[in-house]
Parts: sequence; C-alpha cells; structure tokens
Amino acid sequence: MYVSMNWLKDYVNIDINTNEFADKMTMSGSMVEKVDKLGENIKNVVVGKIENIVQHPNADKLVICKINVGDNNLQIVTGANNISEGDYIPVALHGAILPGGLKIKKGKLRGEVSEGMLCSADELGIPKAMVPEKVKDGIWILNKEYPLGVDFTEALNLKDEVIEFEITSNRPDCLSVLGMAREVGATLNKTVKYPNIEVKEIKEKTADNISVEIEDKEGCIRYVARVVKNVNITDSPEWMQQRLIRAGVRPINNIVDITNYVMLEYGQPLHAFDLSFIDGNKIIVKNAEEGEIFKTLDGVERKLKPSMTVIADESKSVAVAGVMGGEESEVTKDTKNILIESANFNSNKVRLTSKQLSLRTEASSRYEKGVDPNIAAIAANRACQLIQELGAGDIFEGTVDVYPEKVDPREVSIRPNKINDLLGTSITNEEMVDIFRKLEIQAKDLNETLQLTVPTYRMDLIMEADFAEEVGRIFGYDKIEPTMAKGNIAVGGKPQKQIIEDTVKNILNGMSFNETLTYSFVSPKTMDNINLPEDSIKRNTIKLLNPLGDETSVMRTSLLPNILEVASRNANRKVEEFRAFEIGQIFIPKVEGNKELPSEIPSLVMAMYGKEDFFTLKGVVETLLNSLGINEYEFIVEKNHPSYHPGRCANIIVNDKVLGTIGELHPVVMENYDLDQRCYCAEIDFGVLSQITNMERVYNPLPKYPAITRDFAVVVKDTILVKEIEDIIKAKGGDILESFKLFDVYQGDQIEEGCKSIAYTIIYRDKERTLTDDEVNVAHNRILNEISEKLDGVLRD
Amino acid sequence: MEQRLKALEEKAIAEIKKADSTTDLEKARVHYLGKKGELTEILRGMGSLSKEERPIVGKVANIVRANIENALEESKTSIKDKELHRKLKAETIDVTMPGKEVKVGKRHPLTQAMDDLKNIFISMGFKVVEGPEVETVYYNFDALNAPKNHPSRDMSDTFYINENTVLRTQTSPMQVRVMEDEKPPIRIVSLGRCFRNDTPDATHSPMFHQIEGLVVDKGITMGDLKGTLEVFAKNFFGPDTKIKFRPHNFPFTEPSAEVDATCFKCGGEGCSVCKGNGWIEVLGAGMVHPNVLRNCGIDPEVYSGFAFGMGIDRLTMQKYGIDDIRLLFENDMRFIDQF
Repeated sequence: MYVSMNWLKDYVNIDINTNEFADKMTMSGSMVEKVDKLGENIKNVVVGKIENIVQHPNADKLVICKINVGDNNLQIVTGANNISEGDYIPVALHGAILPGGLKIKKGKLRGEVSEGMLCSADELGIPKAMVPEKVKDGIWILNKEYPLGVDFTEALNLKDEVIEFEITSNRPDCLSVLGMAREVGATLNKTVKYPNIEVKEIKEKTADNISVEIEDKEGCIRYVARVVKNVNITDSPEWMQQRLIRAGVRPINNIVDITNYVMLEYGQPLHAFDLSFIDGNKIIVKNAEEGEIFKTLDGVERKLKPSMTVIADESKSVAVAGVMGGEESEVTKDTKNILIESANFNSNKVRLTSKQLSLRTEASSRYEKGVDPNIAAIAANRACQLIQELGAGDIFEGTVDVYPEKVDPREVSIRPNKINDLLGTSITNEEMVDIFRKLEIQAKDLNETLQLTVPTYRMDLIMEADFAEEVGRIFGYDKIEPTMAKGNIAVGGKPQKQIIEDTVKNILNGMSFNETLTYSFVSPKTMDNINLPEDSIKRNTIKLLNPLGDETSVMRTSLLPNILEVASRNANRKVEEFRAFEIGQIFIPKVEGNKELPSEIPSLVMAMYGKEDFFTLKGVVETLLNSLGINEYEFIVEKNHPSYHPGRCANIIVNDKVLGTIGELHPVVMENYDLDQRCYCAEIDFGVLSQITNMERVYNPLPKYPAITRDFAVVVKDTILVKEIEDIIKAKGGDILESFKLFDVYQGDQIEEGCKSIAYTIIYRDKERTLTDDEVNVAHNRILNEISEKLDGVLRD
Repeated sequence: MEQRLKALEEKAIAEIKKADSTTDLEKARVHYLGKKGELTEILRGMGSLSKEERPIVGKVANIVRANIENALEESKTSIKDKELHRKLKAETIDVTMPGKEVKVGKRHPLTQAMDDLKNIFISMGFKVVEGPEVETVYYNFDALNAPKNHPSRDMSDTFYINENTVLRTQTSPMQVRVMEDEKPPIRIVSLGRCFRNDTPDATHSPMFHQIEGLVVDKGITMGDLKGTLEVFAKNFFGPDTKIKFRPHNFPFTEPSAEVDATCFKCGGEGCSVCKGNGWIEVLGAGMVHPNVLRNCGIDPEVYSGFAFGMGIDRLTMQKYGIDDIRLLFENDMRFIDQF
C-alpha cells in the first residue's frame, strides 16, 4: 500500500528521518518495500504560462514559445506537441537542476535563443503513476492557474515521500492511512490524532428521504446511508487529487474523489448513487435474482446469481454489493442529489461474487479482507463533512443506519507468563500493559492475567499466541535473546535411504557421472518417445487437473524419458561425452482410483554416450552393486523391452526379482530423442536397491597358502552365453574355487565359423593348506568335462 | 714374475678406468680375475717358483688382486651413477604436456546445497525426514491452518490432481505428518521438491526446493528459534553472518517472522546480490500455531514449538551468481561440471 508521508503526518507526529522511520516500521511488522521521494533534487523550476507559440523558422518539429514566469517573459524552444497557448506548465529556468543531475542552461537551438526548458513529469522525477492521466506523456500541463514564477514543487505541494508498505493478509486494518497512523503511533510511541468530524447539516432529514431494509442479513452486516442535495460536480481540489494520485487512485470528480479519499483515510469503501435513479426512495439489500442481468458502471452487462448480494430499490438492482455500482445510478455531471452508502458486507460473499464475476475492485478487495463494521457511520459522516467543506453539496440531517447485530470490542484474557514463555522474554506486566496502550488495546492488569479490550478493527487478535506476536513485535524481535533449545537430548541423523543415496551418488560421481535434477511431471508423449506399447502399465499416470501445459501434465512413471531429454539437449549442444544420473521419485497410481495418494517409488536412472559401450555401463552397475554389498546378482537377456536394443539389453536380477534393466537404447528411441550416437542406459528400482544394500563389512583374513592358477580355452557355438560357462565353473569348481576371470573371446582364423573361442583363468586355493596339483586337476577337469559335455565345447591346447 | 704381476695390475687398472658401462667392467673382471683370467693364468706358474720365492710372490699376487678388485669396486659405483644419469636424461618428458583426463562427476548444485543444510541441522540434533511430493489438501493446507479461502489454494497457484490431492506447495506438510506420528520431543528437517503453478521464466519455476524445520518440546521459545537460526546462518553463509527477525504473518505460525541475513557476498555493505541494502531475505519462521499443534493431537498448553521454511533454489542462485533458474533444471553438463 502506498502512503503519503505528508498525509500520514496529519494524524501522527513523525520526528525522525525517513530512513530511520522505514527501518522502525519494518521492524515492527510493516515492511517498507520502497520510498519514492517526490520533488527531490529539483531546483529552479517554476510555474509558467505559455503566452504564444510560433513555428521555429529553421526546424519543422520545433516551436518557439513565449513563456510568462511572473516578472518577465522567456523565449523557450521546444519539440513538445501537447501544448497550447494559455497553458500553465513547469518551466526549468537557466541554472535549473533536475533529478538525475541534468543542468539547464541558456542556449541556441537551430539559431533561436532558448532560455530554459518546459518539463514533463518524467523529467521532474515524478513516477508516471503519480501524475494525472492526461499529462502522463508530454509536457505536464497544469489543471489550474497557479501564481506565475513560484517554485513549482511548492505550488503543487510536490515535496513528499510516498512509502510503499507490504501489508500482511492478517492486517486489513492497515489498508488505510489512519490504520498506518496507528501502526506508526504504536511503533514510535505517539498518540494518533483522529480527524475531528463535525457535519454542518441542513434541516431536511435523511430518514424522510430514504429508507433502508436489509433482507440478506448474512450478506450485509450494516448499512449506513446519508443524503446530499444540490451537489455541484467539479474537479476536486489539487491537494486531494495529489493525495489520491500518490495512493494510486485516479481523480475523477469531487464526489467520487471524496468517497475514495475517505476510503483511503479510513479503509471503508463508500459508494455514491444518483438519488434520482433510486425508485421509491428505498434501499433494499437482498439476494440477486437467478440469471438477473445487471450493467455495472464499467459498462459491462453481468449475469448475477442468488448467492450474490445486490443493493436494490423498489424495482431493480442498483449495485452489486461491495463490488461495483450500476451504470444507471452512477453520479454524473447532471446529478443533483446523491445517496452515500457506507456499508459492511460479508467478506466471504463478496469474495465469491467478485471471483464469479471476475471483477475485482478496490472496494471488493477490502471487503474480502475484512472491514470493521464500526467505522461505517464514521466514514459516512467524514465524507459528508468533506462534501460540505468543499462546497460540493448540502447535507441532510442524520443518518439511516441499519445495524442489526452490533459488533462490540472483544474482551480477552491473556497470561503474561505464557507470553513470556513463548517469546523467551521476561517482560513485566507493566511493560505489557504499556505495549497494549500503544496499540490502543485497553489492558487491565489482574496480576496472573491481563484483561484486554480489543478494538473491533483488530479482527486478527483472537488467541494468546496472537497477542504474543503483538507484544513481541512492539517490544522488538531484535531484543529477544537468541538461545539454544533446552530439554531432551536429540540425536540427529538421516534416514537409511538417504545414507544409501549419498553412497550411490559418491560412487557414481567417482565414475564420472554427473547428477541431474528434472521435473517430476512430464508430457504424456514421453511414453511414445520411449516406445512404450499402447497397453503399457507405465501409461497409467497421475494427471494434473491444471497443468501449465501438455508438456508437464502427468507425473512421471519412469525416469528414462527425463534423462534422455537431458542427453538429447546435451548432444544438441555438442557436449561430446555424457555420463549422468538422476535419483528421484516415480509416481504409480494406486489401484483404487484417485482416492489414495499414489505410490512414490524412488528410482535411479543412468545414461551415457560418447566413447562408451554396453560393457562399460555394465561395469559401472556391477561396481555400484558390489560397493553396496550386493554380490549375488545376474544379468539375464531381455529381448522384449521396447526402449532397448533387443540384442543388447539385460534385466538385473537379485533374489529372483528384477532390480532393473540395462541396455543400449533402441534405434527408434534414439531417433525420437534426436541422438545420433549410441546411448546406454540403466534403470534401477532405488527402493529395492536400498533395501538389499548391505553396508556391513566382514573381514576375511588374507590368504596364507599359495593359489594355483589354471587357464583354459574352449571353442563353443557362438550362441552359447558366457553365463552358461560361468554357471558351470561355479557349480563344478568345488570348495577350492577362489575366482575366475574371462580373458579372451575370439572369433576368426582357426576357429570354425559359427563358433567362438572363450578363455578363462581360474584361481584355486585352500584356506587351510597348500593345494597339490592333483587336487586342482580333479576340480579343473570336472569343469572342463562338464563344458565339453553340456555345451559341446572343444578344448584348445 | 713379480714384474709380470705389476704390469698386469697396471694394465688392468687402466682398462677398468677406461670402462664406460657395467658391461665393460664385467668384461674386465672376467678377463683379469675370472677362472680363466690373466691373473689366474700367471698364478698357475707359481709351481715353478722356489720355496722362498713363493710366499713373496703370493703376497704380491694378493695385493695385485686386491688392487684390481678395489679399482673394479670404485669404477662400479661411478659407472652406476653415470648410467643412472644417462637413463634419467633419456627418460625426460615434457611435463607441461596436458594430463590425461580423469573426470569426476559432480552433484547437482541444489543437492550440494541440500547436503550442506542437512549436515548443519544434523549437527544440531535434527533428524532428516522425507515426505511425499503428491500430498493431500489436508496436509498441505487444512492441517497447517491455511484459511479455506486463502489464495494459495487457488488453481492458479497450486497444481491439483483432484479436489483432495495436490502437488505439495511447501515442505511444511511433513511437520504435520511427523507430529501425528511422533510425540515430542521432535526435532526434524524435511527437504525436497515443491511445486507451484508458475510458468517458467528467469525467476520462476513450477518446481523448486525447500527445507522445512520443526522443533516441538516443552518450553521451546522464540529465543530458541533465533538461536537455532543464528547457528544455521553462521554455518551456511559464513561465521560473520548476522540475522534479523522482521514480524510477518503465516497461517501456521504465530508469532511469525521473516528472517534476513547479512549478504554473504558483501557482508552487509550492499552489492548487486542484496540489491544494495546489505540484507537478503532468507526464510520464514515462527512459533507453531496452537491450532496446528492441536490438529496433530499435541496440547499447546504443555508443548510449544518453532518451525521455519526456506527456499533453496534462490539461495543457490545467489551464491553462485546464476541469473536464470531454468539453468538448474536444464542439466547442461557444462553447467553441472562447474560445481
């Protein structure tokens, strides 16, 4: 909210500089977002009048003006095109300084003497929002005749500071200059001087001219009406216009401006009706008719619903309560008599109405947040006082005030010791009472408790905790001593899953994989991109009701598309070597429709391209599994995974269950992701992985007895898998088999077509003694025989 | 015979001195001292000497052998040195040539920030907990005392799965889940992904990261909140960091505060990171609202607590001078390699 310091100072004494003021207000809870210093750094700019304008002899786009600045006339050349003879304008004289440091000097423009400059608001450093609409662009043409030659900033009362406060949603009472004055008073310990309201009334009585009936008691808490006759619609005075402009409100005419001025001053929205359009001199607050069409004063026809409250007369609606008045009853130049409405409407109903009509106004946003019903009459009177004082009309005697259930200040009892306990302070009862006095909350000290009377505008103060905040912020949050929580011993730590996650990340980082983070939501098209069949279970996704777009409309069921998109982007950007992984959740709907939350399954995906092959990635996976203490796993041929090359894909099996899949990307998928290099990926169920991880390590004594090594090479059909040979080695090696290693696979010269030669080194060892050649031969031959028998292998010498 | 021995000695020593390699030296040794060497040859003639001459010549012969052996030994050392020198010279490489690349992978900068945060809070006795990204409206809003008509519940702010289910907009729901499951003392942090209906641009992302902290016990005060956050700030931003509590309003805490820290770039002088004012807004915090405690079955008359929440993405960006949040989720390897 924008607040003019000059205006604020009408109600409260501020005797510190603006920076200090801003700091103090921020620290008491009204955060200062910005300070606009108006009229600052302007020197030697005066009010002038354009006496005549002639075309510049040497330049089409320039004119020469004779400017009256009081005691003399100046010749000024300008390119401005919005000026006319007789206009009052700001003139920067020779030697003038403008904000931003620009100095104005006499000179010649295309041969013609120019003794100064005509100024726009922008050149005077006045934000566009703070000047009247019609002079936003071009020279600032003043709306009335000011004394010529006087200092411009003084003539327009321009020197001001506009503070932008951030008002939190619990403090709608601060959305007014008086509300902020109260905060200033509490912060600086100053008393607020409220306006002295005295209305000079004429004999005629309001009650004889209007009656008010509230039918919709839920929608309307209070309705105050006053009647003004013989209104004289003109512009409002410059000081009022300036205050409105500085608060971000556009001046319109004196009556509308006064209603807005009082709204800004008190926070109470007001509306003025042209009384001649109120049939039967009766105001009825009621529910709208179903399908009722009503034209609001912005000229738009709106369809109303019975859930909305309207202001009606005997025959028709004249306003949507708390949102906007009707076009027909709008105050115009011809208006003679008006009705001033100062009402209190149900915040929830106003919010819903405004939402349903997509119509948000200054009034509706205030009602939504909450307006104190007890200011309605005060504000109506204040408006009438201003109307009368500005000669804008005659005020009828009295108000019509329908207020069926008066809201009284709340009585609340709080315990000072509880408040100190919560804040960690030792503020005395006397100090607390004084803090409440600053906040205009009456406090009676009953020793164990304080008995508080809370003004009705403080709708946010209900529980003890709310009062603790009031005490804390006025006492000063900065004065609360920092301490460390006492009490029970707390042992910190991470869940096992995160510990394993850290380990996995360390291992993968060590093998030069970068970690990536991608969105949890994806496009449903990603299912096509990874080549999933129409009936794939992964197409059963959690869908967002309101996604940003198709691209982010379903929760991912696989991390593969995410990492492939990253791979694709990197390949596109000519990153030559790519190794990356992501650990994140995938989202699987529960069978029972959408009622339950989905299963969130942590997953690991890895991808690489560049100087890579399948076995490099397989080695990475094996290293990872071994490092996690998982030593029993198998890679089983998988020919049917739609995302992978059918001849280069395996499932990773642990305890007879699929832990994950590894493979070279299917060419179709590569094409979908615009990858022109082979890409290798592995997907692992991280939930299962962390369950089977075994971080316990067992020490095995180093061998004391020597090993015996035997090599063999065998020729088998090339359809035989290495795994089949290894299964035999494991099965037949016996207790003395320590380890084995494939060291050669060969096809070509000397090997029959359709066959391959496979060579292994096998290491035998007994932990307890030195093996003999004979013992080893027995085991080794068992293996060789089995290979020749079962696999039709032919041993090579 | 004595003369022959002397002559042999001279010749042998001269040859040894000339030797340039261990091979030459070995040749010389074999030639003079070997089984078929010259010295042996001469000594074989000893038999023809008289009884008197034999011991004298024998003595001379021993001296000659010893001298030759000494000369061999001496040369051996110096030749080894020379040879080593030659070898080292020959093996000299251009050490300014580039090293072979051994790449180490990096964690995502957001993970690194989250790791730092976890470690700081674990050291203060906090347990790290995890919660679901798809969350119920109850946990995300209702139980956290968010008013029914709070704008953050709007479809324009929050992603909905259905009317009761959302993508969590904050890590705060974990507060409630933990308080429902565990009795005080509670001391937890929860970190993770959050979602808000924001179209991505340089400063907005529909997915971002938060850390949420919660402490509930008997006698927890706002002073404790200040102390905890001060320790955190000094650990995370640097030992000279100061923090400032500004009153604010959140539905799930009362009293509430926004917390600023002195800028970690300029230390409070004012710079581009803190937009000149020396402070950066880092988090929201406050004392757990009695309604929230009550919603979780904890009696606010007995227990009190504090909670705090902080966005991680913006801080990470400020720390490294990253000017576009989208870079965090593009995962360009050249970006991640830098951290």
